[in-house]
Amino acid sequence: MSQLIVTLRDGATTHVPAEAGRSVMELIRDSGSGELLAICGGCCSCATCHVYVDPAFAALVPPMSDDENDLLDSSDQRRETSRLACQIPFSPALDGLRVTIAPED
Amino acid sequence: MTTTFDVLIVGAGHGGAQAALALRQLHFAGSIGVIGDEPELPYERPPLSKEYFSGEKSFERILIRPATFWSEKQVQMLTGRRVVAVNAVAHTVRTAEGETFGYGQLVWATGGQPRRLACSGGDAVGVHGVRTRADADAMLRALAGGTGQRIVVVGGGYIGLEAAAVLAQQGRQVTVLEAQERVLARVAGEALSRVYEAEHRAHGVDVRLGVQVESLLTQDGRVKGVQLRDGEVLLADLVIVGIGIVPAVEPLLAAGAAGGNGVQVDATCRTSLPDVYAIGDCALHANGFAEGATIRLESVQNANDMATTAARALTGQPQPYHAVPWFWSNQYDLKLQTVGLSTGHDAVVVRGDLATRSFSVVYLRQGRVIALDCVNAVKDYVQGRALVLAGARVPAEALQDTTRPLKELAAAAA
Repeated sequence: MSQLIVTLRDGATTHVPAEAGRSVMELIRDSGSGELLAICGGCCSCATCHVYVDPAFAALVPPMSDDENDLLDSSDQRRETSRLACQIPFSPALDGLRVTIAPED
Repeated sequence: MTTTFDVLIVGAGHGGAQAALALRQLHFAGSIGVIGDEPELPYERPPLSKEYFSGEKSFERILIRPATFWSEKQVQMLTGRRVVAVNAVAHTVRTAEGETFGYGQLVWATGGQPRRLACSGGDAVGVHGVRTRADADAMLRALAGGTGQRIVVVGGGYIGLEAAAVLAQQGRQVTVLEAQERVLARVAGEALSRVYEAEHRAHGVDVRLGVQVESLLTQDGRVKGVQLRDGEVLLADLVIVGIGIVPAVEPLLAAGAAGGNGVQVDATCRTSLPDVYAIGDCALHANGFAEGATIRLESVQNANDMATTAARALTGQPQPYHAVPWFWSNQYDLKLQTVGLSTGHDAVVVRGDLATRSFSVVYLRQGRVIALDCVNAVKDYVQGRALVLAGARVPAEALQDTTRPLKELAAAAA
Protein backbone atom coordinates (compact mmCIF):
# COMPACT_ATOMS: atom_id res chain seq x y z
CA MET A 1 0.00 0.00 0.00
CA SER A 2 1.11 3.57 -0.65
CA GLN A 3 2.20 5.62 2.27
CA LEU A 4 2.38 9.13 3.56
CA ILE A 5 5.23 10.28 5.78
CA VAL A 6 4.10 12.75 8.41
CA THR A 7 6.34 14.83 10.65
CA LEU A 8 4.55 15.84 13.83
CA ARG A 9 5.08 19.05 15.79
CA ASP A 10 7.58 17.41 18.16
CA GLY A 11 9.67 16.33 15.16
CA ALA A 12 8.67 12.66 15.33
CA THR A 13 7.94 11.03 11.99
CA THR A 14 5.23 8.48 11.30
CA HIS A 15 4.47 6.40 8.24
CA VAL A 16 0.79 6.39 7.44
CA PRO A 17 -0.77 3.82 5.10
CA ALA A 18 -2.48 5.86 2.40
CA GLU A 19 -5.52 4.98 0.42
CA ALA A 20 -6.32 6.79 -2.82
CA GLY A 21 -9.57 8.76 -2.73
CA ARG A 22 -8.98 10.14 0.76
CA SER A 23 -7.53 13.56 1.36
CA VAL A 24 -4.16 13.97 3.02
CA MET A 25 -6.07 15.63 5.89
CA GLU A 26 -8.23 12.53 6.42
CA LEU A 27 -5.18 10.25 6.31
CA ILE A 28 -3.35 12.28 8.96
CA ARG A 29 -6.45 12.80 11.12
CA ASP A 30 -7.25 9.10 11.15
CA SER A 31 -3.67 7.97 11.72
CA GLY A 32 -3.49 8.62 15.43
CA SER A 33 -2.14 12.13 15.68
CA GLY A 34 -4.43 14.44 17.54
CA GLU A 35 -2.57 17.44 16.22
CA LEU A 36 -4.55 18.11 13.08
CA LEU A 37 -7.86 19.62 14.16
CA ALA A 38 -9.48 19.86 10.71
CA ILE A 39 -12.44 21.57 12.31
CA CYS A 40 -14.52 22.15 9.19
CA GLY A 41 -14.18 18.53 8.14
CA GLY A 42 -12.44 19.28 4.88
CA CYS A 43 -14.70 21.75 3.10
CA CYS A 44 -12.00 24.43 2.83
CA SER A 45 -13.68 26.73 5.35
CA CYS A 46 -11.01 27.00 8.02
CA ALA A 47 -7.25 26.59 8.11
CA THR A 48 -6.84 23.99 10.84
CA CYS A 49 -5.25 21.31 8.61
CA HIS A 50 -2.22 23.39 7.66
CA VAL A 51 0.84 21.37 6.55
CA TYR A 52 4.12 21.96 4.76
CA VAL A 53 4.61 19.81 1.69
CA ASP A 54 8.04 18.48 0.73
CA PRO A 55 9.13 20.63 -2.24
CA ALA A 56 10.10 17.44 -4.10
CA PHE A 57 6.37 16.75 -4.48
CA ALA A 58 5.35 20.29 -5.39
CA ALA A 59 4.75 19.41 -9.02
CA LEU A 60 2.65 16.36 -8.15
CA VAL A 61 0.08 17.93 -5.82
CA PRO A 62 -2.86 19.75 -7.36
CA PRO A 63 -2.56 23.53 -7.69
CA MET A 64 -3.92 25.77 -4.97
CA SER A 65 -7.33 27.41 -5.37
CA ASP A 66 -7.85 31.08 -4.54
CA ASP A 67 -9.92 30.07 -1.51
CA GLU A 68 -7.16 27.89 -0.13
CA ASN A 69 -4.60 30.60 -0.78
CA ASP A 70 -6.72 33.16 1.07
CA LEU A 71 -7.33 30.83 4.02
CA LEU A 72 -3.63 30.09 4.35
CA ASP A 73 -3.07 33.82 4.66
CA SER A 74 -4.82 33.60 8.03
CA SER A 75 -1.84 31.70 9.43
CA ASP A 76 1.22 33.38 10.89
CA GLN A 77 3.05 30.16 10.12
CA ARG A 78 2.58 30.32 6.37
CA ARG A 79 5.58 29.36 4.25
CA GLU A 80 6.30 28.81 0.58
CA THR A 81 5.38 25.12 0.97
CA SER A 82 2.15 25.64 2.95
CA ARG A 83 -1.00 23.77 1.93
CA LEU A 84 -4.31 22.83 3.50
CA ALA A 85 -4.15 19.04 3.73
CA CYS A 86 -7.87 18.72 2.99
CA GLN A 87 -7.27 20.10 -0.48
CA ILE A 88 -4.80 17.36 -1.50
CA PRO A 89 -6.55 14.17 -2.57
CA PHE A 90 -4.18 11.26 -2.14
CA SER A 91 -3.28 9.32 -5.29
CA PRO A 92 -0.76 6.56 -6.06
CA ALA A 93 1.47 9.21 -7.66
CA LEU A 94 1.90 10.72 -4.20
CA ASP A 95 3.30 7.51 -2.66
CA GLY A 96 5.97 8.55 -0.17
CA LEU A 97 4.71 12.12 0.10
CA ARG A 98 6.30 13.89 3.04
CA VAL A 99 4.34 16.51 4.94
CA THR A 100 5.03 18.37 8.17
CA ILE A 101 2.22 19.58 10.43
CA ALA A 102 2.52 23.35 10.78
CA PRO A 103 2.83 24.83 14.28
CA GLU A 104 -0.40 25.90 15.97
CA ASP A 105 -1.38 29.52 15.33
CA MET B 1 -19.19 -1.94 41.17
CA THR B 2 -19.15 1.60 39.86
CA THR B 3 -16.61 2.49 37.18
CA THR B 4 -15.03 5.83 37.98
CA PHE B 5 -13.14 8.07 35.57
CA ASP B 6 -10.79 10.87 36.49
CA VAL B 7 -12.57 12.89 33.81
CA LEU B 8 -15.99 11.79 32.64
CA ILE B 9 -17.35 13.57 29.57
CA VAL B 10 -21.09 13.40 28.97
CA GLY B 11 -21.87 13.99 25.32
CA ALA B 12 -20.00 12.53 22.36
CA GLY B 13 -20.43 15.31 19.81
CA HIS B 14 -17.82 17.80 18.64
CA GLY B 15 -17.33 19.22 22.13
CA GLY B 16 -17.06 15.91 23.98
CA ALA B 17 -14.66 14.44 21.43
CA GLN B 18 -12.49 17.53 21.39
CA ALA B 19 -12.38 17.67 25.20
CA ALA B 20 -10.98 14.12 25.30
CA LEU B 21 -8.58 14.87 22.49
CA ALA B 22 -7.37 18.13 24.03
CA LEU B 23 -6.82 16.46 27.42
CA ARG B 24 -4.51 13.90 25.80
CA GLN B 25 -2.78 16.62 23.76
CA LEU B 26 -2.13 18.42 27.05
CA HIS B 27 -0.61 15.16 28.42
CA PHE B 28 -3.42 14.44 30.85
CA ALA B 29 -2.56 10.96 32.12
CA GLY B 30 -5.73 10.11 34.07
CA SER B 31 -8.62 7.95 32.91
CA ILE B 32 -11.15 9.46 30.48
CA GLY B 33 -14.62 8.17 29.72
CA VAL B 34 -17.04 9.62 27.16
CA ILE B 35 -20.75 8.80 27.42
CA GLY B 36 -22.82 9.36 24.29
CA ASP B 37 -26.50 8.68 23.76
CA GLU B 38 -26.08 7.70 20.12
CA PRO B 39 -24.71 4.32 19.01
CA GLU B 40 -21.94 5.90 16.92
CA LEU B 41 -18.51 7.15 17.81
CA PRO B 42 -18.20 10.96 17.66
CA TYR B 43 -18.84 12.28 14.18
CA GLU B 44 -19.14 15.67 12.50
CA ARG B 45 -22.66 17.03 12.51
CA PRO B 46 -22.45 19.73 9.83
CA PRO B 47 -22.25 17.21 6.93
CA LEU B 48 -25.58 15.69 8.03
CA SER B 49 -27.37 18.47 6.14
CA LYS B 50 -24.67 18.72 3.43
CA GLU B 51 -22.09 16.17 2.20
CA TYR B 52 -23.48 13.17 4.09
CA PHE B 53 -27.07 14.00 3.20
CA SER B 54 -26.18 14.41 -0.48
CA GLY B 55 -24.27 11.11 -0.51
CA GLU B 56 -20.98 12.81 -1.29
CA LYS B 57 -19.33 11.45 1.87
CA SER B 58 -19.72 8.08 3.60
CA PHE B 59 -20.27 7.93 7.35
CA GLU B 60 -16.72 6.65 7.96
CA ARG B 61 -15.37 9.83 6.41
CA ILE B 62 -17.23 12.07 8.84
CA LEU B 63 -16.08 10.29 11.99
CA ILE B 64 -14.12 12.83 14.05
CA ARG B 65 -11.54 10.07 14.67
CA PRO B 66 -11.63 6.33 13.91
CA ALA B 67 -12.19 3.75 16.67
CA THR B 68 -8.49 2.85 16.81
CA PHE B 69 -7.63 6.44 17.68
CA TRP B 70 -9.76 6.44 20.81
CA SER B 71 -8.43 3.11 22.02
CA GLU B 72 -4.82 4.15 21.37
CA LYS B 73 -5.42 7.35 23.35
CA GLN B 74 -7.08 5.31 26.10
CA VAL B 75 -10.33 7.19 25.88
CA GLN B 76 -13.17 4.87 26.79
CA MET B 77 -16.15 5.47 24.53
CA LEU B 78 -19.41 4.54 26.26
CA THR B 79 -21.88 4.88 23.41
CA GLY B 80 -25.60 4.19 23.43
CA ARG B 81 -26.09 5.49 26.96
CA ARG B 82 -28.08 8.49 28.12
CA VAL B 83 -27.30 10.21 31.39
CA VAL B 84 -30.52 10.99 33.25
CA ALA B 85 -29.24 12.05 36.66
CA VAL B 86 -26.20 13.65 38.22
CA ASN B 87 -25.31 13.37 41.89
CA ALA B 88 -23.00 16.30 42.47
CA VAL B 89 -22.25 15.28 46.05
CA ALA B 90 -21.38 11.65 45.36
CA HIS B 91 -19.74 12.62 42.03
CA THR B 92 -21.72 10.08 40.05
CA VAL B 93 -24.00 10.01 37.04
CA ARG B 94 -26.76 7.51 36.32
CA THR B 95 -27.88 6.42 32.88
CA ALA B 96 -31.32 5.54 31.55
CA GLU B 97 -29.91 2.05 31.07
CA GLY B 98 -29.43 1.75 34.85
CA GLU B 99 -25.66 2.08 35.09
CA THR B 100 -23.80 4.40 37.45
CA PHE B 101 -20.45 5.99 36.65
CA GLY B 102 -18.27 7.96 39.04
CA TYR B 103 -16.20 11.00 38.15
CA GLY B 104 -13.39 13.07 39.54
CA GLN B 105 -14.26 15.91 37.18
CA LEU B 106 -17.30 16.02 34.92
CA VAL B 107 -17.54 17.73 31.52
CA TRP B 108 -21.11 18.22 30.35
CA ALA B 109 -21.17 18.42 26.54
CA THR B 110 -24.62 17.23 25.65
CA GLY B 111 -25.64 19.88 23.12
CA GLY B 112 -29.37 19.83 22.63
CA GLN B 113 -32.38 18.10 21.17
CA PRO B 114 -34.00 19.47 18.02
CA ARG B 115 -37.05 21.51 18.98
CA ARG B 116 -40.17 19.67 17.85
CA LEU B 117 -43.33 21.08 16.40
CA ALA B 118 -45.74 21.38 19.29
CA CYS B 119 -48.83 21.28 17.05
CA SER B 120 -50.98 18.28 16.30
CA GLY B 121 -49.30 15.82 13.93
CA GLY B 122 -45.87 17.02 15.00
CA ASP B 123 -44.75 13.50 15.86
CA ALA B 124 -46.23 11.75 12.80
CA VAL B 125 -44.23 9.35 10.65
CA GLY B 126 -42.49 11.36 7.95
CA VAL B 127 -41.58 14.27 10.24
CA HIS B 128 -37.82 14.54 10.66
CA GLY B 129 -35.31 16.63 12.57
CA VAL B 130 -31.70 17.02 11.44
CA ARG B 131 -29.39 16.55 14.40
CA THR B 132 -28.15 12.98 14.37
CA ARG B 133 -26.98 10.37 11.92
CA ALA B 134 -30.18 8.47 12.74
CA ASP B 135 -32.19 11.53 11.68
CA ALA B 136 -30.32 11.80 8.38
CA ASP B 137 -30.49 8.06 7.71
CA ALA B 138 -34.22 7.98 8.41
CA MET B 139 -34.71 10.71 5.82
CA LEU B 140 -32.41 9.04 3.32
CA ARG B 141 -34.31 5.75 3.74
CA ALA B 142 -37.63 7.52 3.25
CA LEU B 143 -36.34 9.27 0.13
CA ALA B 144 -34.93 6.02 -1.27
CA GLY B 145 -38.29 4.36 -0.57
CA GLY B 146 -40.14 6.82 -2.77
CA THR B 147 -41.31 9.40 -0.26
CA GLY B 148 -40.21 12.97 -0.70
CA GLN B 149 -42.34 13.80 -3.70
CA ARG B 150 -43.43 16.93 -1.88
CA ILE B 151 -41.22 18.17 0.91
CA VAL B 152 -41.94 20.92 3.39
CA VAL B 153 -39.09 22.33 5.44
CA VAL B 154 -40.26 24.12 8.57
CA GLY B 155 -37.73 26.78 9.55
CA GLY B 156 -35.59 28.98 7.33
CA GLY B 157 -32.42 28.80 9.42
CA TYR B 158 -29.13 27.30 8.29
CA ILE B 159 -30.12 23.66 8.89
CA GLY B 160 -33.41 23.94 7.02
CA LEU B 161 -31.91 25.88 4.15
CA GLU B 162 -28.97 23.50 3.75
CA ALA B 163 -31.30 20.50 3.62
CA ALA B 164 -33.56 22.36 1.17
CA ALA B 165 -30.57 23.08 -1.07
CA VAL B 166 -29.53 19.42 -1.24
CA LEU B 167 -33.09 18.30 -1.97
CA ALA B 168 -33.75 21.00 -4.56
CA GLN B 169 -30.57 20.00 -6.35
CA GLN B 170 -31.98 16.48 -6.57
CA GLY B 171 -34.89 17.97 -8.46
CA ARG B 172 -37.37 17.52 -5.62
CA GLN B 173 -40.28 19.83 -4.94
CA VAL B 174 -39.39 21.73 -1.79
CA THR B 175 -41.25 24.40 0.19
CA VAL B 176 -39.56 26.31 3.00
CA LEU B 177 -41.79 27.84 5.67
CA GLU B 178 -40.38 30.64 7.78
CA ALA B 179 -42.34 32.31 10.54
CA GLN B 180 -40.32 35.53 10.40
CA GLU B 181 -40.45 37.98 7.49
CA ARG B 182 -37.11 36.73 6.20
CA VAL B 183 -34.94 33.61 6.32
CA LEU B 184 -31.90 33.55 8.64
CA ALA B 185 -33.63 36.24 10.70
CA ARG B 186 -32.05 35.08 13.95
CA VAL B 187 -28.48 34.98 12.66
CA ALA B 188 -27.93 37.43 9.80
CA GLY B 189 -28.87 40.83 8.43
CA GLU B 190 -31.57 41.43 5.88
CA ALA B 191 -29.20 41.81 2.91
CA LEU B 192 -27.97 38.26 3.38
CA SER B 193 -31.49 36.93 3.95
CA ARG B 194 -32.66 38.34 0.65
CA VAL B 195 -29.75 36.81 -1.27
CA TYR B 196 -30.50 33.36 0.16
CA GLU B 197 -34.22 33.66 -0.49
CA ALA B 198 -33.53 34.59 -4.13
CA GLU B 199 -31.02 31.78 -4.51
CA HIS B 200 -33.44 29.15 -3.22
CA ARG B 201 -36.24 30.48 -5.39
CA ALA B 202 -33.95 30.40 -8.44
CA HIS B 203 -33.49 26.70 -7.71
CA GLY B 204 -37.23 26.13 -7.63
CA VAL B 205 -37.75 26.20 -3.86
CA ASP B 206 -41.03 27.78 -2.79
CA VAL B 207 -39.90 30.08 0.03
CA ARG B 208 -42.84 31.28 2.16
CA LEU B 209 -42.17 34.03 4.66
CA GLY B 210 -44.20 35.18 7.66
CA VAL B 211 -46.20 31.96 7.74
CA GLN B 212 -47.23 29.97 10.79
CA VAL B 213 -47.82 26.23 10.91
CA GLU B 214 -51.21 25.46 12.43
CA SER B 215 -51.01 21.66 12.33
CA LEU B 216 -49.68 18.72 10.39
CA LEU B 217 -52.32 16.65 8.63
CA THR B 218 -51.92 12.91 8.92
CA GLN B 219 -53.41 9.72 7.60
CA ASP B 220 -52.80 6.43 9.43
CA GLY B 221 -50.12 8.14 11.48
CA ARG B 222 -48.23 9.38 8.40
CA VAL B 223 -47.85 13.03 7.52
CA LYS B 224 -49.93 14.11 4.51
CA GLY B 225 -49.70 17.84 4.60
CA VAL B 226 -49.09 21.04 6.47
CA GLN B 227 -51.93 23.35 7.39
CA LEU B 228 -50.99 26.99 7.73
CA ARG B 229 -52.65 29.37 10.15
CA ASP B 230 -54.42 31.15 7.29
CA GLY B 231 -56.07 27.84 6.38
CA GLU B 232 -53.99 26.96 3.34
CA VAL B 233 -52.94 23.33 3.11
CA LEU B 234 -49.63 22.29 1.54
CA LEU B 235 -49.46 18.63 0.57
CA ALA B 236 -46.35 16.97 1.91
CA ASP B 237 -45.16 13.40 2.38
CA LEU B 238 -41.95 14.50 4.12
CA VAL B 239 -41.57 17.32 6.64
CA ILE B 240 -38.20 18.48 7.87
CA VAL B 241 -38.17 20.52 11.06
CA GLY B 242 -35.28 22.88 11.64
CA ILE B 243 -36.48 25.28 14.31
CA GLY B 244 -33.58 25.24 16.71
CA ILE B 245 -32.57 23.13 19.65
CA VAL B 246 -33.49 22.77 23.29
CA PRO B 247 -30.33 22.48 25.40
CA ALA B 248 -30.03 19.07 27.06
CA VAL B 249 -29.27 20.22 30.57
CA GLU B 250 -32.11 18.90 32.74
CA PRO B 251 -30.05 16.40 34.78
CA LEU B 252 -27.51 19.11 35.60
CA LEU B 253 -30.12 21.69 36.54
CA ALA B 254 -31.90 19.07 38.64
CA ALA B 255 -28.58 18.48 40.42
CA GLY B 256 -28.53 22.16 41.35
CA ALA B 257 -26.45 23.78 38.59
CA ALA B 258 -27.30 27.40 37.85
CA GLY B 259 -28.86 27.97 34.47
CA GLY B 260 -32.12 27.97 32.58
CA ASN B 261 -31.90 28.01 28.82
CA GLY B 262 -28.63 26.11 29.16
CA VAL B 263 -26.22 25.71 32.03
CA GLN B 264 -24.34 28.73 33.31
CA VAL B 265 -20.55 28.60 33.07
CA ASP B 266 -17.75 30.97 34.01
CA ALA B 267 -14.82 32.09 31.85
CA THR B 268 -13.13 28.71 32.15
CA CYS B 269 -16.33 26.74 31.53
CA ARG B 270 -16.94 25.79 35.17
CA THR B 271 -20.56 25.42 36.23
CA SER B 272 -21.80 26.39 39.70
CA LEU B 273 -21.39 22.75 40.79
CA PRO B 274 -18.01 21.64 42.13
CA ASP B 275 -15.87 19.72 39.62
CA VAL B 276 -18.44 20.11 36.86
CA TYR B 277 -17.69 21.89 33.58
CA ALA B 278 -20.04 22.51 30.65
CA ILE B 279 -19.12 23.25 27.04
CA GLY B 280 -20.62 23.75 23.60
CA ASP B 281 -24.19 24.39 22.51
CA CYS B 282 -25.60 23.89 26.02
CA ALA B 283 -23.24 26.30 27.83
CA LEU B 284 -24.58 29.72 28.79
CA HIS B 285 -21.58 32.01 28.92
CA ALA B 286 -20.65 35.67 28.90
CA ASN B 287 -19.29 36.17 25.39
CA GLY B 288 -16.79 38.95 24.74
CA PHE B 289 -17.96 39.18 21.14
CA ALA B 290 -21.54 39.85 22.26
CA GLU B 291 -20.68 42.80 24.52
CA GLY B 292 -20.34 40.34 27.37
CA ALA B 293 -23.97 39.26 27.08
CA THR B 294 -24.78 35.79 28.40
CA ILE B 295 -25.52 33.62 25.40
CA ARG B 296 -25.45 30.10 24.07
CA LEU B 297 -23.57 29.65 20.83
CA GLU B 298 -24.54 26.72 18.62
CA SER B 299 -21.48 26.09 16.50
CA VAL B 300 -18.62 23.70 15.94
CA GLN B 301 -16.17 26.51 16.67
CA ASN B 302 -17.69 27.14 20.09
CA ALA B 303 -17.81 23.42 20.95
CA ASN B 304 -14.18 22.94 19.97
CA ASP B 305 -12.79 26.03 21.62
CA MET B 306 -14.74 25.56 24.84
CA ALA B 307 -13.52 21.96 24.95
CA THR B 308 -9.96 23.23 24.82
CA THR B 309 -10.75 25.85 27.49
CA ALA B 310 -12.12 23.14 29.82
CA ALA B 311 -9.18 20.81 29.09
CA ARG B 312 -6.73 23.57 29.96
CA ALA B 313 -8.53 24.26 33.24
CA LEU B 314 -8.63 20.53 34.04
CA THR B 315 -4.87 20.27 33.53
CA GLY B 316 -4.07 23.25 35.73
CA GLN B 317 -3.36 25.79 33.01
CA PRO B 318 -6.61 27.77 32.82
CA GLN B 319 -7.10 30.50 30.22
CA PRO B 320 -10.39 32.39 29.93
CA TYR B 321 -12.54 31.61 26.90
CA HIS B 322 -12.17 34.37 24.34
CA ALA B 323 -12.35 32.74 20.93
CA VAL B 324 -13.61 34.66 17.90
CA PRO B 325 -16.87 33.04 16.80
CA TRP B 326 -16.82 31.66 13.27
CA PHE B 327 -19.22 29.62 11.26
CA TRP B 328 -19.78 28.32 7.76
CA SER B 329 -22.69 27.22 5.60
CA ASN B 330 -22.54 25.78 2.09
CA GLN B 331 -25.65 26.01 -0.07
CA TYR B 332 -25.61 25.52 -3.85
CA ASP B 333 -22.42 27.27 -4.94
CA LEU B 334 -22.65 29.87 -2.19
CA LYS B 335 -19.89 29.44 0.34
CA LEU B 336 -20.77 31.49 3.39
CA GLN B 337 -18.25 32.16 6.13
CA THR B 338 -19.08 34.22 9.17
CA VAL B 339 -16.73 35.76 11.68
CA GLY B 340 -17.92 37.54 14.82
CA LEU B 341 -21.48 37.82 16.09
CA SER B 342 -23.83 40.20 14.29
CA THR B 343 -26.48 40.23 17.02
CA GLY B 344 -27.01 43.78 18.26
CA HIS B 345 -25.61 45.50 15.16
CA ASP B 346 -26.87 49.03 14.46
CA ALA B 347 -25.40 49.46 10.97
CA VAL B 348 -24.75 47.26 7.97
CA VAL B 349 -22.39 47.85 5.07
CA VAL B 350 -22.48 45.70 1.94
CA ARG B 351 -19.03 45.29 0.44
CA GLY B 352 -19.14 44.18 -3.17
CA ASP B 353 -22.03 43.65 -5.54
CA LEU B 354 -24.69 41.20 -4.37
CA ALA B 355 -25.39 40.29 -8.00
CA THR B 356 -21.84 39.02 -8.54
CA ARG B 357 -22.35 36.30 -5.92
CA SER B 358 -19.15 37.36 -4.20
CA PHE B 359 -19.63 39.94 -1.47
CA SER B 360 -19.48 40.56 2.25
CA VAL B 361 -21.94 42.00 4.69
CA VAL B 362 -20.17 43.96 7.43
CA TYR B 363 -21.98 44.53 10.72
CA LEU B 364 -21.15 47.45 12.99
CA ARG B 365 -22.20 48.53 16.46
CA GLN B 366 -21.50 52.10 17.51
CA GLY B 367 -19.10 52.47 14.62
CA ARG B 368 -17.10 49.34 15.41
CA VAL B 369 -16.95 46.25 13.20
CA ILE B 370 -18.51 43.32 15.09
CA ALA B 371 -19.05 40.70 12.39
CA LEU B 372 -18.84 39.83 8.71
CA ASP B 373 -20.89 37.43 6.61
CA CYS B 374 -18.71 36.65 3.61
CA VAL B 375 -20.22 34.92 0.59
CA ASN B 376 -17.69 33.49 -1.86
CA ALA B 377 -15.30 36.03 -0.36
CA VAL B 378 -12.71 34.08 1.59
CA LYS B 379 -10.23 36.94 1.52
CA ASP B 380 -12.67 39.23 3.33
CA TYR B 381 -13.40 36.47 5.83
CA VAL B 382 -9.72 35.99 6.62
CA GLN B 383 -8.84 39.68 6.69
CA GLY B 384 -12.07 40.78 8.40
CA ARG B 385 -11.20 38.69 11.42
CA ALA B 386 -8.64 41.29 12.49
CA LEU B 387 -11.32 44.02 12.29
CA VAL B 388 -13.63 41.99 14.53
CA LEU B 389 -10.88 41.13 17.01
CA ALA B 390 -9.88 44.77 17.28
CA GLY B 391 -13.45 46.10 17.24
CA ALA B 392 -12.03 48.43 14.60
CA ARG B 393 -13.67 51.74 13.77
CA VAL B 394 -13.78 51.92 9.99
CA PRO B 395 -15.85 54.38 7.98
CA ALA B 396 -18.56 52.83 5.80
CA GLU B 397 -17.05 54.30 2.61
CA ALA B 398 -13.78 52.49 3.28
CA LEU B 399 -15.56 49.18 3.90
CA GLN B 400 -17.51 49.57 0.68
CA ASP B 401 -14.38 50.18 -1.37
CA THR B 402 -13.53 46.73 -2.72
CA THR B 403 -10.27 48.02 -4.17
CA ARG B 404 -8.99 48.37 -0.63
CA PRO B 405 -8.25 45.04 1.07
CA LEU B 406 -9.66 44.75 4.59
CA LYS B 407 -6.13 44.01 5.75
CA GLU B 408 -5.18 47.56 4.86
CA LEU B 409 -8.18 48.93 6.77
CA ALA B 410 -7.26 46.84 9.80
CA ALA B 411 -3.74 48.24 9.75
CA ALA B 412 -5.06 51.79 9.40
CA ALA B 413 -7.53 51.34 12.27
CA ALA B 414 -4.93 49.85 14.61
